[in-house]
Amino acid sequence: MTFEIPKVSYSGKIKEIPLGRGENIITVGGESCYPFHLFEGAIPHPPKIAMEVYDKEPEDWPDTALEPFADVAGDPVAWARKCVDTYGAEMIALQLASTDPNAEDTPADEAAAITKKVSDAVDVPLIVFGTSNTDKDTEVLKAVCETCEGKNLIIGPLGEGNYRAIGATAIGYKHTVMASTPIDINLAKQLNILLGNLNVPDDKIIIDPTTGALGYGLEYCYSVIERIRTAALIQEDERLQFPIIANFAKEVWKTKEVKLSEPEAPLLGDQKKRGVLMEAMTAQCVLLAGADILVMRHPEAINLVKESIQDLMIKGEG
Amino acid sequence: MGLSGIEIFKKLPKTNCGKCGVPTCLAFAMKLATGKAELDACPDLSEDVKEELGEASAPPVRTVVIGTGERAVKLGGETVLFRHEKRFENPPAFTLFLSDKMDESEISAKLTKFKETSYERVGLVLRPAMVAVKGEKDASGFMALVEKVCNDTDAALVLMNEDADALSQAAKTCSNRKPLIYAATMENVETLGNLAMELSCPLAVKGNSLEELAELSEKLIKMGVKDLILDSGARTAGKSLEDQIIIRRSALMKKFKPFGFPTIVFPCEMTDDPMKEAMIACQMVAKYGSIIVLSEIEGHSIFPLLLASMNIFTDPQRPMAVEQKIYEIGATDENSPVLITGNFSLTYFIVSGEVDASRVPSYLLIKDTEGLSVLTAWAAGKFGADTIAPFIKKCGIEEKVKHRKLVIPGYLATISGELEEELPDWEILIGPREASHLPAYLKELSA
Ligand code: SF4
Repeated sequence: MTFEIPKVSYSGKIKEIPLGRGENIITVGGESCYPFHLFEGAIPHPPKIAMEVYDKEPEDWPDTALEPFADVAGDPVAWARKCVDTYGAEMIALQLASTDPNAEDTPADEAAAITKKVSDAVDVPLIVFGTSNTDKDTEVLKAVCETCEGKNLIIGPLGEGNYRAIGATAIGYKHTVMASTPIDINLAKQLNILLGNLNVPDDKIIIDPTTGALGYGLEYCYSVIERIRTAALIQEDERLQFPIIANFAKEVWKTKEVKLSEPEAPLLGDQKKRGVLMEAMTAQCVLLAGADILVMRHPEAINLVKESIQDLMIKGEG
Repeated sequence: MGLSGIEIFKKLPKTNCGKCGVPTCLAFAMKLATGKAELDACPDLSEDVKEELGEASAPPVRTVVIGTGERAVKLGGETVLFRHEKRFENPPAFTLFLSDKMDESEISAKLTKFKETSYERVGLVLRPAMVAVKGEKDASGFMALVEKVCNDTDAALVLMNEDADALSQAAKTCSNRKPLIYAATMENVETLGNLAMELSCPLAVKGNSLEELAELSEKLIKMGVKDLILDSGARTAGKSLEDQIIIRRSALMKKFKPFGFPTIVFPCEMTDDPMKEAMIACQMVAKYGSIIVLSEIEGHSIFPLLLASMNIFTDPQRPMAVEQKIYEIGATDENSPVLITGNFSLTYFIVSGEVDASRVPSYLLIKDTEGLSVLTAWAAGKFGADTIAPFIKKCGIEEKVKHRKLVIPGYLATISGELEEELPDWEILIGPREASHLPAYLKELSA
């Protein structure tokens, strides 16, 4: 019996964005079909995983997450090196968490100096996150841009309140920016239009649509990512044709369920495996929705997701 | 699908007897047209009309029920490809795989885990739904295992055996449980098709390719089998994704009848690594698996899978909300701190999780903000001093604590003055902006 495979015709394509510099450039984006829909389109660059590194020793992580990094947790340079050397990280995502005025309020110049050291220590593309505090991020990320001139860092989040100041500086020092909006396709589009008006080049923009954890609002993020992809590929919405980054590890590892031990919650099984799967499944969902870069923490979760990406990039067998 | 309310109305008895639960035939027709009522609710339809309307109003993916009573599992009924278009209807059934090749202690241990695994979240009960029993040895061993499982659990069953006789025999003994018979193939399609009709049980169809699956399914539809479950035979993650998408699209976009049924998938046959198996299962949750068969039910993997399924199958239109009330976290007493926030379920989960983590027993007041987050609710006029004050007075917290200190979210700092005016007995404390800073805040507060 013959039947016709109902195919979708894609009129749009995601822009290809080179991250990092020199020989170590990694390109993301370029898809001309829905995620892993290899039977009807091309995915020239499979999704990539960036491993998290924190600027100061984390205080509130469960041991299960800290354990792989216990020997390097207070030293972001050693931490980043370990991610690359031991765990084969494709990219590093430096979380400047201590710059939060509600936390240690690390000053901008200090944060920039840490970033510089990390960027000198590793060759892979470096993503740098502030803390979503509009004013402080402006200070911090501007300083980071200056200090790391020419390294093509990926910096963010740039929001409605600070995209101008940070965007202009990023252009000047040739970095890529993450346009961040709170789970809303229209706001995401609007911010990309504004960045365009500011003359941020099209190959320097990544969309950060905000990602929650499994069980904690993931569905909203999942659908926003799917909608952004549909608009980009089918409705040719040019200002949404950018790769998408999902920054969820910090959300997953602060949930109650990854922190409960097995004796406290026997029905939730092994604490470490549970945390690893909570993170890996959050990744799996956003991958299937359309994320291009996943910001992840636990090496075992990362391995699971890498395998999953490999499996889903094999066409039509079995 | 397709027929308008008026067109449906023309076929109804027009007696307005009200037995269907709505006052008039017209109202019933309108509900049918929008998929909000089931045809069977009207007892006075002729068989012909039923068939005609049933055909026209059926969703492109047929709704199939497996099992009976409280543990019956409803699958399919899907009408869209993406969850933002409209709600996905029936969440997947996570199904424990058992085989007569396993030894008794393994089977018992797995069944016990299956039975005790159940979680409550936002008022929903989340648990694995079915048990699949596979015969891989002799007929009597298979039969014995089926009986054991039947006695042990009320859950819906999948009976799997390549030996059509053994399968028939087992299906006959428990047909009152309405098990899924697995599976009709090229070799046995007629025998099993007839069996399924005779016993009124749903039947799985397994092809070695999508083409073969379509052929088999077509044949069974012609024979008159109504409730089918599809297995495309794919046993890798990549091929499964492709097949599931093609099956769902064929049903929705082409109205291709042979693929208009729920599916069954086997992560348990795709890897020996339970962690990887869980990841493949998660893929199937998002992309169209209906029955997801797993080699084990372990809390660390089934809990996240159930969360994924809850997330993906939540109605995208409705903001998730929790009930407005006083939530007591830990062993509270009259001196415990009192915090307030909105009823967006995400807010509630995150805040209550952090309060719990702080180990400072506290009262968390959840005010109805129509499921909106704190800032959005405040902007919409649903979380200002004028609405918080009456809630504090009425909710009963004043009887529970001796002190009069209320912690409000850091984002609402601007309303604290106003709130103190509205609540002269209370001292308003400004909590942190981020829930993650709550443990430190509460520890200091109670020190
Ligand atoms: S039960 Fe049937 S006949 Fe009676 S009002 Fe409803 S639709 Fe009309």
